[in-house]
Amino acid sequence: MVRAVSADEVAPTRHAWRIEAVGLSVKAGRHLAVDNLGLTLGSGVHGLLGPNGAGKSTLMRALATVVKPHGGVLRLTGADATASRELRPVRRRLGYLPQQFGYYPRFTVREYVEYVAWLREMPASAVPGATQRAIDRVRLTDRADAKLKSLSGGMLRRAGIAQAIVNEPDLLLLDEPTVGLDPEQRVEFRELIRELGADACVLVSTHLVEDVVAACSDVILMDQGTRVFQGLPADLVRHGETGGVGDSAAERGYSYLLQQHRSA
Amino acid sequence: MTAHVPPPALVAYAAGSPDDAAAWTIEVHLEGCAECRDRLGELAAPPLRALLGDAREAILAQARTGPRPVPRRPLRRWWLRWTDWSLLAWAAMTCTAILAAVLLDRNYPEQPSTVLLLAPVAPLAGLAVAWSRRANPNWEVVAGTARAGLELLLRRTLAVLLLVAPVLAVAGLAVGRNPALWLLPCLTFTAATLLLGSRVGVPLAAAVLGGGWLTAVAAASFTGDADAARAAAVTEALLRPATMPAWAAAAAVLTALTVLRADHLRRAAG
Repeated sequence: MVRAVSADEVAPTRHAWRIEAVGLSVKAGRHLAVDNLGLTLGSGVHGLLGPNGAGKSTLMRALATVVKPHGGVLRLTGADATASRELRPVRRRLGYLPQQFGYYPRFTVREYVEYVAWLREMPASAVPGATQRAIDRVRLTDRADAKLKSLSGGMLRRAGIAQAIVNEPDLLLLDEPTVGLDPEQRVEFRELIRELGADACVLVSTHLVEDVVAACSDVILMDQGTRVFQGLPADLVRHGETGGVGDSAAERGYSYLLQQHRSA
Repeated sequence: MTAHVPPPALVAYAAGSPDDAAAWTIEVHLEGCAECRDRLGELAAPPLRALLGDAREAILAQARTGPRPVPRRPLRRWWLRWTDWSLLAWAAMTCTAILAAVLLDRNYPEQPSTVLLLAPVAPLAGLAVAWSRRANPNWEVVAGTARAGLELLLRRTLAVLLLVAPVLAVAGLAVGRNPALWLLPCLTFTAATLLLGSRVGVPLAAAVLGGGWLTAVAAASFTGDADAARAAAVTEALLRPATMPAWAAAAAVLTALTVLRADHLRRAAG
Protein backbone atom coordinates (compact mmCIF):
# COMPACT_ATOMS: atom_id res chain seq x y z
CA MET A 1 0.00 0.00 0.00
CA VAL A 2 1.33 3.41 -0.95
CA ARG A 3 1.32 5.85 1.92
CA ALA A 4 2.01 9.53 1.62
CA VAL A 5 4.06 9.55 4.84
CA SER A 6 6.58 6.82 5.56
CA ALA A 7 7.30 5.34 8.98
CA ASP A 8 10.79 6.91 8.91
CA GLU A 9 9.34 10.37 8.57
CA VAL A 10 7.11 10.10 11.63
CA ALA A 11 9.68 8.35 13.83
CA PRO A 12 10.50 10.43 16.92
CA THR A 13 13.79 12.28 16.89
CA ARG A 14 16.31 10.69 19.23
CA HIS A 15 19.00 13.32 19.07
CA ALA A 16 19.27 16.85 20.38
CA TRP A 17 21.40 18.22 17.53
CA ARG A 18 21.77 17.44 13.86
CA ILE A 19 25.49 18.12 14.08
CA GLU A 20 27.32 17.63 17.34
CA ALA A 21 31.12 17.87 17.47
CA VAL A 22 33.19 17.78 20.62
CA GLY A 23 36.96 18.27 20.48
CA LEU A 24 36.89 17.47 16.76
CA SER A 25 40.21 17.32 14.92
CA VAL A 26 40.49 16.67 11.19
CA LYS A 27 43.65 16.40 9.15
CA ALA A 28 44.10 17.71 5.63
CA GLY A 29 47.08 15.69 4.45
CA ARG A 30 49.47 15.94 7.39
CA HIS A 31 48.28 19.33 8.53
CA LEU A 32 45.75 19.48 11.36
CA ALA A 33 43.25 21.74 9.61
CA VAL A 34 40.49 21.47 12.21
CA ASP A 35 41.78 21.46 15.74
CA ASN A 36 39.72 20.72 18.85
CA LEU A 37 36.51 22.19 17.48
CA GLY A 38 33.25 22.15 19.39
CA LEU A 39 30.05 22.69 17.44
CA THR A 40 26.35 22.02 17.98
CA LEU A 41 23.88 22.81 15.21
CA GLY A 42 20.16 22.17 14.97
CA SER A 43 17.69 22.92 12.16
CA GLY A 44 18.04 26.19 10.32
CA VAL A 45 20.54 27.85 8.03
CA HIS A 46 24.01 28.20 9.51
CA GLY A 47 26.73 30.24 7.88
CA LEU A 48 30.33 29.13 8.23
CA LEU A 49 32.67 32.08 7.78
CA GLY A 50 36.41 32.30 7.88
CA PRO A 51 39.47 33.39 5.95
CA ASN A 52 41.13 31.12 3.39
CA GLY A 53 42.87 28.24 5.09
CA ALA A 54 40.73 28.45 8.21
CA GLY A 55 39.73 24.80 7.84
CA LYS A 56 36.19 25.39 6.55
CA SER A 57 36.38 22.96 3.64
CA THR A 58 38.15 20.33 5.72
CA LEU A 59 35.41 20.61 8.33
CA MET A 60 32.78 20.29 5.59
CA ARG A 61 34.51 17.18 4.23
CA ALA A 62 34.52 15.60 7.68
CA LEU A 63 30.84 16.47 8.19
CA ALA A 64 30.08 14.98 4.76
CA THR A 65 31.75 11.76 5.99
CA VAL A 66 34.29 11.92 3.16
CA VAL A 67 37.29 12.07 5.51
CA LYS A 68 37.53 10.39 8.86
CA PRO A 69 38.12 12.73 11.79
CA HIS A 70 41.54 12.42 13.35
CA GLY A 71 40.14 12.68 16.86
CA GLY A 72 37.19 13.80 18.94
CA VAL A 73 33.49 13.07 18.82
CA LEU A 74 31.30 13.70 15.77
CA ARG A 75 27.63 12.85 15.84
CA LEU A 76 25.50 13.46 12.74
CA THR A 77 21.72 13.15 13.23
CA GLY A 78 22.47 11.18 16.38
CA ALA A 79 24.75 8.58 14.79
CA ASP A 80 28.45 8.32 15.48
CA ALA A 81 30.12 9.48 12.26
CA THR A 82 33.55 8.29 13.33
CA ALA A 83 32.36 4.67 13.23
CA SER A 84 32.23 3.31 9.67
CA ARG A 85 29.44 0.96 10.64
CA GLU A 86 26.89 3.72 11.23
CA LEU A 87 27.68 5.75 8.13
CA ARG A 88 25.19 4.28 5.69
CA PRO A 89 21.91 5.54 7.22
CA VAL A 90 23.52 8.92 7.91
CA ARG A 91 24.68 9.24 4.31
CA ARG A 92 21.17 8.58 2.97
CA ARG A 93 20.02 11.71 4.77
CA LEU A 94 22.96 13.86 3.76
CA GLY A 95 23.43 16.30 0.90
CA TYR A 96 26.84 17.70 0.03
CA LEU A 97 28.12 20.17 -2.52
CA PRO A 98 31.93 20.05 -2.47
CA GLN A 99 34.05 23.11 -3.12
CA GLN A 100 35.63 21.47 -6.15
CA PHE A 101 32.56 20.13 -7.87
CA GLY A 102 33.86 17.63 -10.40
CA TYR A 103 31.47 16.18 -12.94
CA TYR A 104 31.21 14.03 -16.02
CA PRO A 105 31.07 16.55 -18.87
CA ARG A 106 29.08 14.35 -21.25
CA PHE A 107 26.19 13.77 -18.91
CA THR A 108 23.07 15.86 -18.83
CA VAL A 109 21.91 17.63 -15.69
CA ARG A 110 19.07 15.16 -15.32
CA GLU A 111 21.27 12.09 -15.76
CA TYR A 112 23.74 13.46 -13.26
CA VAL A 113 21.16 14.31 -10.60
CA GLU A 114 19.47 10.92 -11.09
CA TYR A 115 22.82 9.23 -10.65
CA VAL A 116 23.41 11.01 -7.35
CA ALA A 117 19.89 10.13 -6.19
CA TRP A 118 20.69 6.51 -6.94
CA LEU A 119 23.98 6.79 -5.04
CA ARG A 120 22.07 8.09 -2.03
CA GLU A 121 19.83 5.01 -2.20
CA MET A 122 16.56 6.76 -2.92
CA PRO A 123 13.76 4.34 -3.86
CA ALA A 124 13.81 3.94 -7.66
CA SER A 125 10.19 5.00 -8.02
CA ALA A 126 10.89 8.33 -6.29
CA VAL A 127 13.98 9.24 -8.34
CA PRO A 128 12.48 10.79 -11.52
CA GLY A 129 10.09 13.02 -9.58
CA ALA A 130 12.69 14.06 -7.01
CA THR A 131 15.16 14.83 -9.81
CA GLN A 132 12.68 17.06 -11.60
CA ARG A 133 11.82 18.87 -8.35
CA ALA A 134 15.47 19.47 -7.52
CA ILE A 135 16.16 20.82 -11.01
CA ASP A 136 13.09 23.07 -10.84
CA ARG A 137 14.12 24.44 -7.48
CA VAL A 138 17.48 25.62 -8.78
CA ARG A 139 15.81 27.10 -11.91
CA LEU A 140 17.51 24.81 -14.40
CA THR A 141 14.27 23.40 -15.84
CA ASP A 142 14.93 24.62 -19.37
CA ARG A 143 18.49 23.23 -19.32
CA ALA A 144 17.62 19.92 -17.65
CA ASP A 145 18.60 17.89 -20.68
CA ALA A 146 21.63 19.94 -21.64
CA LYS A 147 25.05 18.40 -21.21
CA LEU A 148 27.03 19.56 -18.20
CA LYS A 149 29.93 20.69 -20.38
CA SER A 150 27.63 23.15 -22.16
CA LEU A 151 26.65 24.94 -18.93
CA SER A 152 28.14 28.18 -17.62
CA GLY A 153 29.92 28.33 -14.25
CA GLY A 154 26.84 29.60 -12.41
CA MET A 155 24.63 26.95 -13.99
CA LEU A 156 27.10 24.23 -13.01
CA ARG A 157 27.02 25.49 -9.45
CA ARG A 158 23.23 25.28 -9.55
CA ALA A 159 23.42 21.75 -10.95
CA GLY A 160 25.68 20.99 -8.00
CA ILE A 161 23.09 22.40 -5.61
CA ALA A 162 20.42 20.29 -7.35
CA GLN A 163 22.37 17.08 -6.73
CA ALA A 164 22.85 18.10 -3.08
CA ILE A 165 19.14 18.63 -2.43
CA VAL A 166 17.71 15.81 -4.54
CA ASN A 167 17.15 13.48 -1.56
CA GLU A 168 15.64 16.28 0.58
CA PRO A 169 18.42 15.83 3.12
CA ASP A 170 18.21 16.37 6.87
CA LEU A 171 21.75 17.61 6.74
CA LEU A 172 22.75 19.81 3.82
CA LEU A 173 26.37 20.89 3.47
CA LEU A 174 27.12 23.50 0.83
CA ASP A 175 30.74 24.51 0.34
CA GLU A 176 30.99 27.88 -1.43
CA PRO A 177 27.63 27.50 -3.18
CA THR A 178 27.36 31.10 -4.35
CA VAL A 179 30.62 31.19 -6.34
CA GLY A 180 29.81 32.10 -9.92
CA LEU A 181 26.18 33.06 -9.26
CA ASP A 182 25.02 36.48 -10.41
CA PRO A 183 23.30 38.81 -7.91
CA GLU A 184 19.81 37.77 -8.95
CA GLN A 185 20.63 34.11 -8.65
CA ARG A 186 22.21 34.75 -5.26
CA VAL A 187 18.94 36.23 -4.02
CA GLU A 188 17.05 33.21 -5.36
CA PHE A 189 19.57 30.92 -3.76
CA ARG A 190 19.11 32.60 -0.37
CA GLU A 191 15.36 32.07 -0.65
CA LEU A 192 15.92 28.42 -1.51
CA ILE A 193 18.17 27.73 1.48
CA ARG A 194 15.84 29.57 3.84
CA GLU A 195 13.07 27.28 2.59
CA LEU A 196 15.26 24.19 3.05
CA GLY A 197 16.38 25.38 6.49
CA ALA A 198 12.82 25.22 7.79
CA ASP A 199 13.17 21.45 8.23
CA ALA A 200 16.81 20.62 7.63
CA CYS A 201 20.11 21.67 9.08
CA VAL A 202 21.81 23.65 6.32
CA LEU A 203 25.47 24.57 6.74
CA VAL A 204 26.76 27.04 4.16
CA SER A 205 30.48 27.68 3.98
CA THR A 206 31.37 30.96 2.34
CA HIS A 207 33.61 33.96 2.61
CA LEU A 208 30.93 36.35 1.51
CA VAL A 209 29.83 37.97 4.75
CA GLU A 210 26.81 39.52 3.04
CA ASP A 211 25.39 36.13 2.09
CA VAL A 212 25.54 34.99 5.68
CA VAL A 213 23.92 38.07 7.12
CA ALA A 214 21.13 37.93 4.54
CA ALA A 215 20.27 34.26 4.60
CA CYS A 216 21.49 32.62 7.78
CA SER A 217 19.89 32.28 11.18
CA ASP A 218 23.21 31.58 12.80
CA VAL A 219 26.86 32.43 12.12
CA ILE A 220 29.96 30.41 12.95
CA LEU A 221 33.31 32.09 12.48
CA MET A 222 36.39 29.90 12.14
CA ASP A 223 40.05 30.71 12.12
CA GLN A 224 43.08 28.39 12.15
CA GLY A 225 40.92 25.35 12.70
CA THR A 226 39.04 26.56 15.75
CA ARG A 227 35.75 28.30 16.37
CA VAL A 228 36.14 32.00 17.04
CA PHE A 229 32.52 32.98 17.32
CA GLN A 230 29.03 31.53 17.10
CA GLY A 231 25.94 33.69 17.30
CA LEU A 232 23.24 35.53 15.44
CA PRO A 233 24.04 37.64 12.37
CA ALA A 234 22.86 40.61 14.46
CA ASP A 235 25.60 39.88 16.99
CA LEU A 236 28.17 39.97 14.21
CA VAL A 237 26.82 43.33 13.09
CA ARG A 238 26.94 44.60 16.68
CA HIS A 239 30.61 43.66 16.98
CA GLY A 240 31.17 45.74 13.87
CA GLU A 241 30.09 48.84 15.77
CA THR A 242 33.06 48.53 18.12
CA GLY A 243 35.82 48.40 15.50
CA GLY A 244 37.30 46.49 12.59
CA VAL A 245 37.71 47.31 8.93
CA GLY A 246 35.27 46.73 6.09
CA ASP A 247 32.52 48.34 4.04
CA SER A 248 29.55 47.11 6.03
CA ALA A 249 28.87 46.61 9.71
CA ALA A 250 28.93 42.83 9.26
CA GLU A 251 32.31 42.94 7.52
CA ARG A 252 33.67 45.15 10.28
CA GLY A 253 32.33 42.71 12.85
CA TYR A 254 34.00 39.85 10.97
CA SER A 255 37.39 41.52 10.85
CA TYR A 256 37.08 42.78 14.43
CA LEU A 257 36.43 39.27 15.75
CA LEU A 258 39.34 37.86 13.76
CA GLN A 259 41.67 40.56 15.06
CA GLN A 260 40.55 39.93 18.62
CA HIS A 261 41.15 36.22 18.21
CA ARG A 262 44.58 36.62 16.63
CA SER A 263 45.82 39.11 19.19
CA ALA A 264 44.53 37.02 22.09
CA MET B 1 -6.01 -4.27 2.61
CA THR B 2 -7.89 -7.53 2.37
CA ALA B 3 -11.04 -6.71 0.42
CA HIS B 4 -11.93 -4.32 -2.36
CA VAL B 5 -14.63 -1.70 -1.94
CA PRO B 6 -18.05 -3.37 -2.40
CA PRO B 7 -19.83 -2.15 -5.59
CA PRO B 8 -22.78 -0.52 -3.78
CA ALA B 9 -20.42 1.46 -1.54
CA LEU B 10 -18.42 2.57 -4.57
CA VAL B 11 -21.60 3.66 -6.37
CA ALA B 12 -22.62 5.66 -3.31
CA TYR B 13 -19.17 7.22 -3.10
CA ALA B 14 -19.20 8.16 -6.79
CA ALA B 15 -22.55 9.85 -6.25
CA GLY B 16 -21.10 11.72 -3.29
CA SER B 17 -23.54 10.35 -0.71
CA PRO B 18 -21.61 8.48 2.08
CA ASP B 19 -20.72 10.10 5.38
CA ASP B 20 -17.18 11.29 6.14
CA ALA B 21 -16.00 8.18 7.96
CA ALA B 22 -17.12 5.87 5.14
CA ALA B 23 -15.58 8.19 2.53
CA TRP B 24 -12.23 8.19 4.37
CA THR B 25 -12.19 4.39 4.50
CA ILE B 26 -12.87 4.20 0.77
CA GLU B 27 -10.29 6.87 -0.03
CA VAL B 28 -7.58 5.15 1.99
CA HIS B 29 -8.26 2.00 -0.01
CA LEU B 30 -8.41 3.84 -3.33
CA GLU B 31 -5.04 5.43 -2.63
CA GLY B 32 -3.34 2.06 -2.95
CA CYS B 33 -5.65 0.09 -5.22
CA ALA B 34 -5.52 0.73 -8.96
CA GLU B 35 -8.29 -1.78 -9.62
CA CYS B 36 -10.85 0.06 -7.47
CA ARG B 37 -9.75 3.39 -8.95
CA ASP B 38 -10.50 2.01 -12.41
CA ARG B 39 -13.94 0.83 -11.28
CA LEU B 40 -14.61 4.23 -9.74
CA GLY B 41 -13.67 5.86 -13.05
CA GLU B 42 -16.29 3.78 -14.87
CA LEU B 43 -18.92 4.78 -12.33
CA ALA B 44 -18.39 8.51 -12.74
CA ALA B 45 -21.43 10.44 -13.95
CA PRO B 46 -21.30 12.03 -17.44
CA PRO B 47 -20.91 15.64 -16.16
CA LEU B 48 -17.92 14.56 -14.07
CA ARG B 49 -16.43 12.72 -17.04
CA ALA B 50 -16.77 15.80 -19.18
CA LEU B 51 -15.06 17.85 -16.48
CA LEU B 52 -12.20 15.34 -16.17
CA GLY B 53 -11.82 15.29 -19.95
CA ASP B 54 -11.55 19.09 -20.05
CA ALA B 55 -9.03 19.07 -17.21
CA ARG B 56 -6.95 16.45 -19.00
CA GLU B 57 -6.87 18.48 -22.17
CA ALA B 58 -5.93 21.63 -20.30
CA ILE B 59 -3.06 19.82 -18.57
CA LEU B 60 -1.82 18.31 -21.82
CA ALA B 61 -1.96 21.69 -23.52
CA GLN B 62 0.24 23.13 -20.75
CA ALA B 63 2.57 20.19 -20.76
CA ARG B 64 3.28 20.67 -24.45
CA THR B 65 4.53 24.19 -23.86
CA GLY B 66 7.42 22.90 -21.75
CA PRO B 67 10.73 21.67 -23.11
CA ARG B 68 10.50 18.62 -25.35
CA PRO B 69 11.16 15.40 -23.50
CA VAL B 70 14.55 13.94 -24.31
CA PRO B 71 14.69 10.20 -24.93
CA ARG B 72 16.27 8.31 -22.05
CA ARG B 73 19.58 6.63 -22.56
CA PRO B 74 19.51 3.55 -20.37
CA LEU B 75 23.00 2.54 -21.49
CA ARG B 76 24.52 5.66 -19.98
CA ARG B 77 22.76 5.13 -16.69
CA TRP B 78 23.91 1.53 -16.68
CA TRP B 79 27.44 2.61 -17.46
CA LEU B 80 27.55 5.10 -14.59
CA ARG B 81 26.22 2.61 -12.09
CA TRP B 82 28.67 -0.12 -12.97
CA THR B 83 31.79 1.65 -14.09
CA ASP B 84 33.30 5.04 -14.52
CA TRP B 85 34.63 7.08 -17.43
CA SER B 86 38.09 7.06 -15.95
CA LEU B 87 38.24 3.32 -16.66
CA LEU B 88 38.32 3.78 -20.43
CA ALA B 89 41.81 5.26 -20.57
CA TRP B 90 43.02 2.60 -18.21
CA ALA B 91 41.42 -0.20 -20.28
CA ALA B 92 43.24 1.00 -23.39
CA MET B 93 46.52 1.02 -21.44
CA THR B 94 46.05 -2.50 -20.07
CA CYS B 95 45.14 -3.87 -23.51
CA THR B 96 48.27 -2.26 -24.97
CA ALA B 97 50.42 -3.82 -22.25
CA ILE B 98 48.93 -7.24 -22.88
CA LEU B 99 49.43 -6.86 -26.63
CA ALA B 100 53.05 -5.89 -26.05
CA ALA B 101 53.48 -8.97 -23.84
CA VAL B 102 52.00 -11.19 -26.57
CA LEU B 103 54.44 -9.76 -29.13
CA LEU B 104 57.37 -10.30 -26.74
CA ASP B 105 56.34 -13.90 -26.18
CA ARG B 106 55.99 -14.56 -29.89
CA ASN B 107 59.32 -13.02 -30.85
CA TYR B 108 61.34 -14.41 -27.97
CA PRO B 109 59.81 -17.81 -27.26
CA GLU B 110 62.98 -18.92 -25.48
CA GLN B 111 62.55 -16.19 -22.79
CA PRO B 112 60.17 -16.60 -19.79
CA SER B 113 56.60 -15.73 -20.77
CA THR B 114 55.75 -12.05 -20.22
CA VAL B 115 52.03 -12.75 -20.62
CA LEU B 116 52.22 -15.22 -17.76
CA LEU B 117 54.04 -12.64 -15.68
CA LEU B 118 51.61 -9.82 -16.41
CA ALA B 119 48.31 -11.70 -16.42
CA PRO B 120 47.69 -12.23 -12.68
CA VAL B 121 48.02 -8.52 -11.88
CA ALA B 122 46.46 -7.07 -15.06
CA PRO B 123 43.18 -5.96 -13.37
CA LEU B 124 44.94 -4.13 -10.51
CA ALA B 125 45.66 -0.95 -12.44
CA GLY B 126 41.96 -0.74 -13.28
CA LEU B 127 40.99 -1.22 -9.65
CA ALA B 128 43.36 1.52 -8.58
CA VAL B 129 41.80 3.91 -11.09
CA ALA B 130 38.21 2.91 -10.32
CA TRP B 131 38.60 3.76 -6.65
CA SER B 132 40.96 6.68 -6.84
CA ARG B 133 40.24 10.21 -5.74
CA ARG B 134 42.53 11.69 -8.35
CA ALA B 135 41.26 9.77 -11.36
CA ASN B 136 37.59 10.33 -10.62
CA PRO B 137 36.36 13.90 -11.12
CA ASN B 138 33.21 13.30 -9.13
CA TRP B 139 34.96 11.63 -6.21
CA GLU B 140 33.97 14.12 -3.49
CA VAL B 141 30.27 13.68 -4.24
CA VAL B 142 30.43 9.89 -4.65
CA ALA B 143 32.54 9.26 -1.54
CA GLY B 144 29.96 10.71 0.84
CA THR B 145 26.97 8.72 -0.41
CA ALA B 146 25.28 5.67 1.03
CA ARG B 147 26.34 3.38 -1.80
CA ALA B 148 30.02 4.30 -1.57
CA GLY B 149 31.92 1.39 -0.11
CA LEU B 150 31.99 -2.29 -0.89
CA GLU B 151 28.91 -2.22 -3.15
CA LEU B 152 30.23 0.40 -5.57
CA LEU B 153 33.72 -1.05 -5.35
CA LEU B 154 32.47 -4.54 -6.24
CA ARG B 155 30.46 -3.20 -9.16
CA ARG B 156 33.56 -1.54 -10.56
CA THR B 157 35.72 -4.57 -9.80
CA LEU B 158 33.33 -6.73 -11.80
CA ALA B 159 33.43 -4.25 -14.67
CA VAL B 160 37.23 -4.30 -14.59
CA LEU B 161 37.35 -8.11 -14.58
CA LEU B 162 34.85 -8.34 -17.43
CA LEU B 163 36.96 -5.94 -19.48
CA VAL B 164 40.25 -7.68 -18.76
CA ALA B 165 39.37 -11.37 -18.77
CA PRO B 166 38.43 -11.66 -22.48
CA VAL B 167 41.57 -9.80 -23.55
CA LEU B 168 43.70 -12.05 -21.38
CA ALA B 169 41.93 -15.15 -22.71
CA VAL B 170 42.60 -14.13 -26.32
CA ALA B 171 46.19 -13.29 -25.44
CA GLY B 172 46.57 -16.69 -23.78
CA LEU B 173 45.27 -18.50 -26.83
CA ALA B 174 47.53 -16.43 -29.08
CA VAL B 175 50.64 -17.59 -27.24
CA GLY B 176 49.33 -21.11 -26.85
CA ARG B 177 48.68 -21.25 -23.11
CA ASN B 178 45.63 -22.16 -21.10
CA PRO B 179 43.93 -18.94 -19.85
CA ALA B 180 42.45 -20.86 -16.90
CA LEU B 181 45.94 -20.82 -15.38
CA TRP B 182 45.82 -17.12 -14.67
CA LEU B 183 42.13 -16.50 -14.12
CA LEU B 184 42.28 -17.79 -10.54
CA PRO B 185 45.47 -15.87 -9.67
CA CYS B 186 43.72 -12.81 -11.14
CA LEU B 187 40.83 -13.26 -8.71
CA THR B 188 43.18 -13.88 -5.81
CA PHE B 189 45.12 -10.69 -6.50
CA THR B 190 41.87 -8.75 -6.88
CA ALA B 191 40.55 -9.99 -3.53
CA ALA B 192 43.90 -9.26 -1.88
CA THR B 193 43.82 -5.72 -3.27
CA LEU B 194 40.34 -5.12 -1.87
CA LEU B 195 41.33 -6.51 1.51
CA LEU B 196 44.54 -4.50 1.75
CA GLY B 197 42.61 -1.55 0.32
CA SER B 198 40.26 -1.59 3.31
CA ARG B 199 43.29 -0.63 5.39
CA VAL B 200 45.48 1.57 3.19
CA GLY B 201 43.15 2.53 0.32
CA VAL B 202 42.66 0.62 -2.93
CA PRO B 203 45.08 2.58 -5.16
CA LEU B 204 47.99 2.07 -2.75
CA ALA B 205 47.05 -1.58 -2.23
CA ALA B 206 47.01 -2.17 -6.01
CA ALA B 207 50.39 -0.48 -6.38
CA VAL B 208 51.93 -2.50 -3.55
CA LEU B 209 50.58 -5.88 -4.67
CA GLY B 210 50.98 -5.38 -8.43
CA GLY B 211 54.40 -3.80 -8.08
CA GLY B 212 55.42 -6.44 -5.56
CA TRP B 213 54.43 -9.33 -7.82
CA LEU B 214 56.09 -7.86 -10.89
CA THR B 215 59.37 -6.99 -9.16
CA ALA B 216 59.56 -10.24 -7.18
CA VAL B 217 58.83 -12.51 -10.14
CA ALA B 218 60.80 -10.45 -12.63
CA ALA B 219 63.77 -10.33 -10.29
CA ALA B 220 63.59 -14.07 -9.80
CA SER B 221 63.14 -14.98 -13.46
CA PHE B 222 65.09 -12.44 -15.48
CA THR B 223 68.19 -11.68 -13.42
CA GLY B 224 71.30 -13.63 -12.76
CA ASP B 225 71.73 -16.59 -15.03
CA ALA B 226 71.15 -16.96 -18.71
CA ASP B 227 69.63 -20.40 -18.42
CA ALA B 228 66.21 -19.59 -19.84
CA ALA B 229 64.69 -22.90 -18.86
CA ARG B 230 65.53 -22.37 -15.19
CA ALA B 231 64.46 -18.72 -15.20
CA ALA B 232 61.07 -19.51 -16.68
CA ALA B 233 60.57 -22.07 -13.97
CA VAL B 234 59.59 -19.41 -11.39
CA THR B 235 56.38 -18.22 -13.04
CA GLU B 236 55.72 -21.70 -14.40
CA ALA B 237 56.05 -23.15 -10.91
CA LEU B 238 53.60 -20.64 -9.45
CA LEU B 239 51.05 -20.85 -12.25
CA ARG B 240 50.50 -24.51 -13.09
CA PRO B 241 47.50 -26.83 -12.64
CA ALA B 242 48.86 -28.24 -9.36
CA THR B 243 48.92 -24.82 -7.65
CA MET B 244 45.39 -23.85 -8.70
CA PRO B 245 43.67 -25.24 -5.55
CA ALA B 246 45.98 -23.09 -3.43
CA TRP B 247 45.13 -19.98 -5.48
CA ALA B 248 41.42 -20.80 -5.22
CA ALA B 249 41.62 -21.28 -1.45
CA ALA B 250 43.48 -18.00 -1.08
CA ALA B 251 40.90 -16.20 -3.23
CA ALA B 252 38.04 -17.60 -1.11
CA VAL B 253 39.68 -16.69 2.21
CA LEU B 254 40.63 -13.18 1.03
CA THR B 255 37.12 -12.56 -0.30
CA ALA B 256 35.55 -13.65 2.99
CA LEU B 257 37.91 -11.37 4.93
CA THR B 258 37.09 -8.48 2.58
CA VAL B 259 33.38 -8.90 3.20
CA LEU B 260 34.03 -8.93 6.94
CA ARG B 261 35.94 -5.69 6.63
CA ALA B 262 33.33 -4.09 4.33
CA ASP B 263 32.66 -1.23 6.76
CA HIS B 264 36.25 -0.09 6.48
CA LEU B 265 35.85 0.45 2.74
CA ARG B 266 33.17 3.09 3.28
CA ARG B 267 35.81 5.77 3.41
CA ALA B 268 38.39 6.04 0.68
CA ALA B 269 41.73 5.65 2.39
CA GLY B 270 42.42 4.44 5.90
